[in-house]
Amino acid sequence: MNTVLNSNRPLFFCPGCSHERVVHGVDRAIQSLGLQGHQVAIVSDIGCSGLFDTFFNTHALHGLHGRALTYATGLKMVHPEITVLVIMGDGGLGIGGAHVLASCRRNLDITLLVLNNFNYGMTGGQCSTTTPASDQTASNFLNKLEVPIDICRVAAAAGALFTEKVMATDGALAETISRSIEFPGFALLDIWGICPGRHLKKNPITAGQLEKKMRTSGGGHSVSIGQDRDLPAEEMEVSVREEYGEHYRRLAAVTKEPQPLIEIESKFSPLTHERTEVVILGSAGQFINTIGEILSIGAMSSGRWVSQKNDYPITVLRGHSISEVVVDIKPITYTGINKPAVIICVGQEGVDRRRKMFAEADADTVIIAFPDLTLPVTGARVIMCDGGNLKLKKGQRGIAALAVLVQTGLILDCDMLNNAIKTRYSGMMADVSLEVVATILTPSLPPEIS
Amino acid sequence: MGSVFLDGNEAVARAAILAGCDFFAGYPITPATSIFHHMLDFLPPLGRVCMQGEDEIASIGFCLGAAAGGAKVMTATSGPGISLFSEQISFAIGAEIPIVIVDVQRLGPSTGSATKGADGDIQFLRWGNSGGLPVIVLVPVDVKDAFVLTLRAFHFAQKYRCPVFIASNKEVGMVRESVDLEVFSGLDEDKGCSCESESLKVVNPASLRTKELVRLTSSTHGVDNYITTDPQVIGDAILRMEQKLLSASGELCCMEVDANPGDSTLLVTYGVTARAAAEALISLRKQGYGVSLLVIKTLFPVAEGELKSEMKGKEKIVVVEMNRGQYVREIERLAGDIPVHFYGQMNGELITPASIVREVLQ
Repeated sequence: MNTVLNSNRPLFFCPGCSHERVVHGVDRAIQSLGLQGHQVAIVSDIGCSGLFDTFFNTHALHGLHGRALTYATGLKMVHPEITVLVIMGDGGLGIGGAHVLASCRRNLDITLLVLNNFNYGMTGGQCSTTTPASDQTASNFLNKLEVPIDICRVAAAAGALFTEKVMATDGALAETISRSIEFPGFALLDIWGICPGRHLKKNPITAGQLEKKMRTSGGGHSVSIGQDRDLPAEEMEVSVREEYGEHYRRLAAVTKEPQPLIEIESKFSPLTHERTEVVILGSAGQFINTIGEILSIGAMSSGRWVSQKNDYPITVLRGHSISEVVVDIKPITYTGINKPAVIICVGQEGVDRRRKMFAEADADTVIIAFPDLTLPVTGARVIMCDGGNLKLKKGQRGIAALAVLVQTGLILDCDMLNNAIKTRYSGMMADVSLEVVATILTPSLPPEIS
Repeated sequence: MGSVFLDGNEAVARAAILAGCDFFAGYPITPATSIFHHMLDFLPPLGRVCMQGEDEIASIGFCLGAAAGGAKVMTATSGPGISLFSEQISFAIGAEIPIVIVDVQRLGPSTGSATKGADGDIQFLRWGNSGGLPVIVLVPVDVKDAFVLTLRAFHFAQKYRCPVFIASNKEVGMVRESVDLEVFSGLDEDKGCSCESESLKVVNPASLRTKELVRLTSSTHGVDNYITTDPQVIGDAILRMEQKLLSASGELCCMEVDANPGDSTLLVTYGVTARAAAEALISLRKQGYGVSLLVIKTLFPVAEGELKSEMKGKEKIVVVEMNRGQYVREIERLAGDIPVHFYGQMNGELITPASIVREVLQ
């Protein structure tokens, strides 16, 4: 195989820099795997390791500090056939820590080479997340206050199945890189090296001494969690987990087609001939949003334009729930409420939320309410809904109120409401709702007007 | 044909699918979350990719990586997410990576009110990148617009290889309304901005499916996409990236004008506020006032020529926005001697037709 090094871009590192060894290691690994340049994408970030993509005749994506894994993830998901190699330093490791952890959990087939030289070289030798507390750095005493992280241990804890430490000077570097590329999932290589430009002078160490340190560091030379290791059952389950991309495609292949948009045909004669605003005031759990939708579908089935705006807090089953519906003979302009024609009150929280609206309402406004609610003083006409002697559940009040709305002759007639219920609901929900409507609209039970 | 009932967020997602979106990545945030849910319903059954990032930075990063591989991509968030996107947006501009970014705006500053609407991110979208190069910002008035402008956004992103923002608003994204079904049936609506013929000097129409190597870089570069410090090369590249959008402001321009000859006042607005303005306009005209309404749908790049032409001959301009005064800066610099009156409201409530009438009559 031929080299994938870019002959137009000679290596440009400080004399003695470990990065140079890694460039050649990557080149030899790519060759040994029989890969051509167009089959490989090198994704890099910022700092001295960020120069890597320029040295190779491969696809290249050079982006922001610590974010290389994010680009690699998107790229690999749309091009699973490409070998994606991410290069970052210990700087990118720190700033992009969340992406490293997520990549370990995700197990997408990406290889991450961490060029770990224990400091921020390019910016002048400040401490990084891997700098030993005893080192002298351009960050003065600050590195003495924090402990360095061992990324292999962190990555393994986060679910990475291939984590290994290797010296940049190791004769087996290329072979180790090859194995990490061949691993069918996320692989992390922690490559220890020396930064002669910014770190070595104040922290003299030889490659041999560094290697010795690596061997005695937690986990030793290799902390690879391969499929062949003798692991407890639950960990073994983790170790054989599927590569993310394949897993995604397998699960995506059995997802269901989404629901198409429901076409509402205009088939009833409209009752509204001008802009008509309805506010539904209720409590969470009363299906207020759906009641607003049923009202809207009903109005649409008479050829009217509709908008629906909801207001509810972040909680589920607690707090207010309000729906504002505007019906008009032309496309809705302002979606807010100028002066409501109808205020439907089904829950106290909603009523309390819009007290001002009651004070402002006059006899042009109809209020449909339930007897157990405390309504603010109002000049509007109030129609009490007794539920047609039905023992209504709290969640059925909205449908009952729409039936009372039918009795007022405003917006909906019985056919529109029943049609809207059947459009929005199916099965039990439809049956129960239709029964509530039928019971309330029995002629023997006229609404009580106060 | 009948009508359908849906909100702006669903309209954005449906348009994205119709535009051929291959890849979506998002991170949940009110009021944009439902776009993610819809994309998760739509993309996997089509064999395409929808992902949830570990944060917003990752979500847009996934998109940029996928776009570098030739995919049509979209992400969606709200103001706090745009803040986290910022550095990646700069990358997309500098490396010329096409992406559609939906900002369903909510009330700021900061985490603000998650469930309240606003148009407070307008200048942030334009200037929230390092280097200050232009971007495209489209702003929908209603659900139909959300659909049509998203289709255009994909087209513009591919053609100009840059980020295109949909500056939506909780009051558009999460408000449902009836829309003619035919709007959703095809691309006919969008013939007005079909511009395939014009060739553009963009670098690297990325595809990793050929043996030709693709390079994209966030560093200053020339046409070879290698980092450079050559001032001439850098300057030329910056100028090209700026001018590819500024020189196209006419083609990118989308606006609606309701004007009668002899109107003395021009009411200018955009987004959901345009709906209240339409009602205010009817009221003002009934009262006998000669008022024109200009609804801007392409906020950036500023269509200077088109805007000036609408301002010409007016005695007064009134700008209304759901913020404390952002786009009015653009109007003021183009208005010349015409006095510009501003009205803004930033409390989570819609601006009412009545308050617009009041401001115009001031």
